[in-house]
This record gives sequence, C-alpha cells and structure tokens, in this order.
Amino acid sequence: MASEQVTGARPPRVPLYNDPRVRSLVYQIVLAAGVALLVYGAVTNAADHLQKAHIASGFGFWNQTAGFDISQTLIAYTSSGSTYGRAFWVGLLNTLLVAGLGIVLATILGFVIGIARLSTNWIVARAASGYVETIRNIPLLLQLLFWYNAVLKALPNIRDSLVFGGGVYLNNRGLMVPKPQALAGFGWVELAFAIGIVATVALHLWARRRQMRTGRQLPVFWLGLVLIVGLPLAAFFAAGGPLHFDMPQAGRFNITGGVDLQPEFVALLLGLTTYTAAFIAEVVRAGILAVARGQAEAAYSLGLTPGPTLRLVVIPQAMRVIVPPLTNQYLNLIKNSSLAVAIGYPDLVQIFTGTVLNQTGQAVEVVAITMLVYLTISLVTSFAMNLYNRRVALVER
Amino acid sequence: MTMAEGDLAVTELRFVRSQFLGPQPPPARMTGAVAWVRANLLSTPSNIALTVVVLALVVWILYGVIGFLFVDAVWTGSDRTACLMSTVHHEVGACWPFVKDRLAYFTYGSYPIPQRWRVDLFFALLAVGVAWLLWLRAPRRDLGILYFFIVLPIVSFILLHGFAVIDLPVVDTVLWGGVLVTIVLATVGIVVSLPIGVVLALGRRSRMPMVRLFSTVFIEFVRGVPLITVLFMASVMLPLFVPQQYEPDKLVRAMIGIALFASAYMAEVVRAGLQAISKGQYEGAMAVGLSYPLMMRFIILPQALRITIPNIVNTYIGLFKDTSLVTIIGIFDLLNTVEVSRVDPKWATPVTSTTGYAVAAIFYLVFCYGMSRYARATEARLSKGEKR
Repeated sequence: MASEQVTGARPPRVPLYNDPRVRSLVYQIVLAAGVALLVYGAVTNAADHLQKAHIASGFGFWNQTAGFDISQTLIAYTSSGSTYGRAFWVGLLNTLLVAGLGIVLATILGFVIGIARLSTNWIVARAASGYVETIRNIPLLLQLLFWYNAVLKALPNIRDSLVFGGGVYLNNRGLMVPKPQALAGFGWVELAFAIGIVATVALHLWARRRQMRTGRQLPVFWLGLVLIVGLPLAAFFAAGGPLHFDMPQAGRFNITGGVDLQPEFVALLLGLTTYTAAFIAEVVRAGILAVARGQAEAAYSLGLTPGPTLRLVVIPQAMRVIVPPLTNQYLNLIKNSSLAVAIGYPDLVQIFTGTVLNQTGQAVEVVAITMLVYLTISLVTSFAMNLYNRRVALVER
Repeated sequence: MTMAEGDLAVTELRFVRSQFLGPQPPPARMTGAVAWVRANLLSTPSNIALTVVVLALVVWILYGVIGFLFVDAVWTGSDRTACLMSTVHHEVGACWPFVKDRLAYFTYGSYPIPQRWRVDLFFALLAVGVAWLLWLRAPRRDLGILYFFIVLPIVSFILLHGFAVIDLPVVDTVLWGGVLVTIVLATVGIVVSLPIGVVLALGRRSRMPMVRLFSTVFIEFVRGVPLITVLFMASVMLPLFVPQQYEPDKLVRAMIGIALFASAYMAEVVRAGLQAISKGQYEGAMAVGLSYPLMMRFIILPQALRITIPNIVNTYIGLFKDTSLVTIIGIFDLLNTVEVSRVDPKWATPVTSTTGYAVAAIFYLVFCYGMSRYARATEARLSKGEKR
C-alpha cells in the first residue's frame, strides 16, 4: 500500500501563476516589452522633434567641411579643408595623448606617494597622507579650473615672459621650449638607440640565466644605461651632431618657433596627474599592506636591505592586489580627461560634443559616437590590464 | 699556602657589593622625544636628507597657504580696489571682502531674497535627517530612514519649489544656485541611487537571463563612459526623447543624469556586498520557506548592505564631488557661482580667482573629509567582531 502511494503519487498540481518557470518567463517578457516600448517611444519622439527642427539625421556630416580651428593638432588639420571626420581624429588623438601621458606620470607619482605613506620616517608619511586626503576630497573640476585660471592664466603675458636658460619661455600662453629637428645622419643615432635597447634586453636575459647558474650578479642597470644612452650619444658625436634646435624667438607681439605646450594642455595634465596619483597612492598602500609582514621580515633576515626588499619581495606580491583597482583608476583618468571641455583643451568631448554638436545640431549621432569611443577605450584598456593581471596573478594548482 | 689563597679570596671579596643597585634610567638619548626623533626622522643619512627635503617642502607649502589665507589677506573693503597691490602696498593674499559680499550668492544663487528662509529650513530639515541616520543611539532610527527617504524628498520639493495651495510662491529652478543646488543634486543622487543600485545589483545576479542582460548592459554602459557625456545626453538628448509637453526642467535633467550615473556605480558596490554573503544564508532562508522578496528584505540585504556601508559612503563622496560637473552644462551650482563671481568686474583682481576657488575647495574638503571619516569609523566598528 505504501509503495503504491509512492509510485502513484504525482507531484501536486501547481497553479500556473505559482510555477516558477512560468513566472520568470512572464517577468522577462514584461521587462523586455517595457524596454522595447521605452525605446520605441524615444525613437519616434526623437524623429518627430528632429523633423520639426529640420535637423538632418544620419552620418552624412562626417565628410562635410568642419570650418573651425583647433588649437592643438597632432595630425594635419586646416579649418577650411578638413572634414568633421578629421576633426574627430584630431580630438581623439588629443584625448589619447593627455590620457597616456597622465597614466604614466600618475602611476610614478602614485607609487612614490603610496610607498611614502608607509615610510618609517614620520614626516614623510604625514606629508604623503596630507597630500592624499587633501587632493582626494576636492573635485577634479575645481582643481583643473584652479590650475588653469588661477595659476597658468595668472602668469605674466607674452611680453614679460619668464625666461629660463636654453630658450625656454613661460607665459600665460603656455610653455615654449626648443623643438629638436633631425638633420641628415640622425638615422644612425636612432639605429644606435634601437641596438642599445635590444642589447640591454639580451644582456638582462643572459645575466639572469648566469645568476641562476652561478649566483653571480652583473650590474645590469648600469650596463644597460651605458648601452641605451651611451651608444646613441657616441653615434651622435660620430655623425657630427646631426640635430638642430628650432629656438623660440621672442618677437614684439608673439613668440615664434619651438614647441608651444599650451596652458590648457599643461593644466589638464597637471590636474589629472596629481588627482589620480592620490587615488593610485591609496591603491598601492592597500596592496603593500596586504602582503604578509613575514615576507618583509624574512627578506630582512636573509640580509636584504629595505630597497631590494621592497623591489624584489614586497611589490611583486602586492601587484596581485594592486592591478585590478589600478585598472579602475586608469579608466577613471581616461574618462576624467573629458573635463578638458571646461578649460578648453581640444579633446574629443570639447571638439565633438562641443563644437561639432553646436554646428550640426545632430545631438543623437554626436553623443552616440562619443560614448562609443569611450566605451571602446575602456574595453581595450581593461583587456590590456587583464592580460597583465594574468601575468602577475597568483598561479594556483 | 692555603692561608694565602684564603687571604686573596677575602681581599677580593671585600670589593663585592652587598646590596643591589637600583635600576638606572636609560640614557636620555634613548627615550622620550630625542629618541623618537632619532628613530623616526634621523635613523640613517638618507633618512636625514629625506626629512630635510620633505620638511622644507611642507614648510614652504604651509607658509604659502597660511600667508595667503591669513597673513597677507585683506579683510575689509567694498570693491576690488581694496584687494589691489597698489592699495595695500604688499603682496596681496585672499580677498575676503569679495567672499563676504558674495556669500549669499554662493549659498542661495539667485533664489529670491524674501523666500530664502525656505532654503534655510530645507538645510535644517536635511541636517536633522542626516543626524538621525548617522547618530547610532538616536531614537527610532527606523523612522529616521522613512523620514530621510520618503518624507524629506516630498517636503523639500514643496518647500523649495513652492506649492500654490498652501500659499508658497513657486520659485523657478533657474533661480536656484550655489550650495543649495550642490546639496540638492547630491541629496537626490544619494536618495535615488541606493534603491536603484540595489535593484540593478539584484538584477545582475538574477537567474533570469533577460533581467541579467539588461542590468549588465546598463551598468557596464554607464560605467564605461564619462559622467560629462551622460550629462550631455541628459541635457541635450533627453528633451528629444520625450513628448514636447513633458520636457523636463534643466535641473531635473541634470538630476536624472547624476542619479543614473551614481546608480550604476552603486550597483557594483552592492553586488560586491551580495557576493560576500555566504551561500548558507540564501539556503537557510529558502529552507524556512521565505519567498525571494522576503529573503532579500530580511536575510540577505541587511547583511550585505551593512558590510558595504564604507564603500557606499565612498561612492557618495564621489557623487558629491561629481555634482560640480553640472557647471559644464550651465547649472549654477557652487562651483559655477564662484566661476561667475570671480570674473565680475566689481571684484576682478589678480587674487579673486584663487580666493573663490579656495572657498569652494574648503567647502568640498569639509564635507568629503567628514564623510570619509564616518566611513572609516564605521569600518572600524563593523570589523570589531572579527578582532578577537
């Protein structure tokens, strides 16, 4: 009887509205329908608005002549002959330039300050934490405006430029430095430089293998320095100094020649670097604190001095903890470079969602392109950092 | 022979002390301030060099800051001439009369002067709500949550915007400005981003593929683009997407942009908290027969949110600073009122910009530093249970 009950029993019938599978299906259909309705409504409204305002849609504007000037261009660009598409590339390159330099500088400064915060030297640790607490708690935009308006724009005007030795001028139009120009024969110097780098890498690998085998160390750093700096220098003098400096010339109203680092660029780079460095310092500090104390103590007991202990024992292990949040900081820096629009540095946002949007009125296309570019940059950066992370991550069995 | 030996022993013993000496104090250079300085500042030659360099740097910066804010500052005056070098005959520091003159504008923007009591009342109500939530031994903290997240938004809206029925004249948001706008934007962001963030985080961990897809796409999309493009989208594209008669007000558009942006970041913070809750908690809740909403409401979220409080506050700090970006889309928050005032011909001097920026910096510094101290104290309080 008992067995009959068990075999004969069918699961009790669940009402349809209580069946988890039916429910989840209904929820998902409702959600998808809701989103679809929202998108549909938005698209029809937008089409309606644009038609009423006589604004063209589509990407036809890409090949039209832009007709506006850009103050800093890394590739050839003229206001009369270049298209909106060209302006887009100019802006993108400017964004990448300031973001790339910012990442390198902020990483160096951030590591120095993060390590300084853990220094046994009281005043160094205090100064570093004072820096971090102050910079982190003030909006970046405010800092950028301060650097630009209160510091760089307050410099003397072009006629009373501050003159440094070697043809460097500083005034409220930026920092003018000599521009190196390669003459014939400079190729030898470049070749020597390339050889120096290859030789140093080879030397590094060979020295490491020799150290593994015999335990003897080579001063790889100094040898590498000689190869990378000395070799090109020797080639430079052997070729008779094939380099010409285009010096900035102080005229009556202007300074011509040389490279002009514009105040917008300097302010943005300075602001991004100092701001992000404060966050990177915190990431580095947390990473170093995450390495067990015994690691450093074991290194000291083996006779390593603090420098090599940090470099060879602590930092490599800390990198595992540091890299993922460091990636986030890099992404933040790239995204924050869009604040350029506030001080007029011609980055992607300033050129594209600023001038191009105003001229064409095609808000949807312009904002969509800009967002897509930032999404792409973000994805590429996190992909690259993930590759690096895989290298430093703990390998477990 | 034996006698001599004995004599020798005795003569030697004569010099042995019969009492113990009391312990000597350690040498002065090994204790107290001197030793501390030797150990912490001057332990090695390179350390000495470092100390000297950093000390010089710190003194130089402090000298500059204190000199600017106090020593060389101008304290009285009625227009720009008071803050000119030709008037004071020395290096000019901060121009405080400018701040005094503009303080009301920095606080209320162009809010009509007879109506400014409403803003003051709003600040007071907000302060009560914040204190209620943050003070751990306050009575009825559950009511505090209700007050902060439901009562306060409604009352503030009626108070600030106006409501004809109870005879409060409507004040258009174009007139709002300064600290008022900064605080309103931050508060809206804080109040809205947490619930939306929780929903998005739950959606991202949902077992329903469609829900998971939409949540993930939204979060990753918003986190992948700069806030300024989100604000541009809100201010330029949002009006296109809605029928003309419902076109939202400029300030509301900025609020939507900031709230959506903060929600995506909040979702990731909450998700981290959800992931830290052990599986047994979920299984236990299901075993006692709780439905999904009840399980989340009573078992999972209270634990998950508690451990993420420090990260939530850190997100709020970011949000508070990010409100300054509305300056770029032309809304008069604190930073923008400073920007407008510093170029006002009545006060334009070489030091006006720096003075204005210093005031704004101090405002943000006080609020953000306060929040970060709170986050750190909470972290310490919550980790007490793990330190045994």
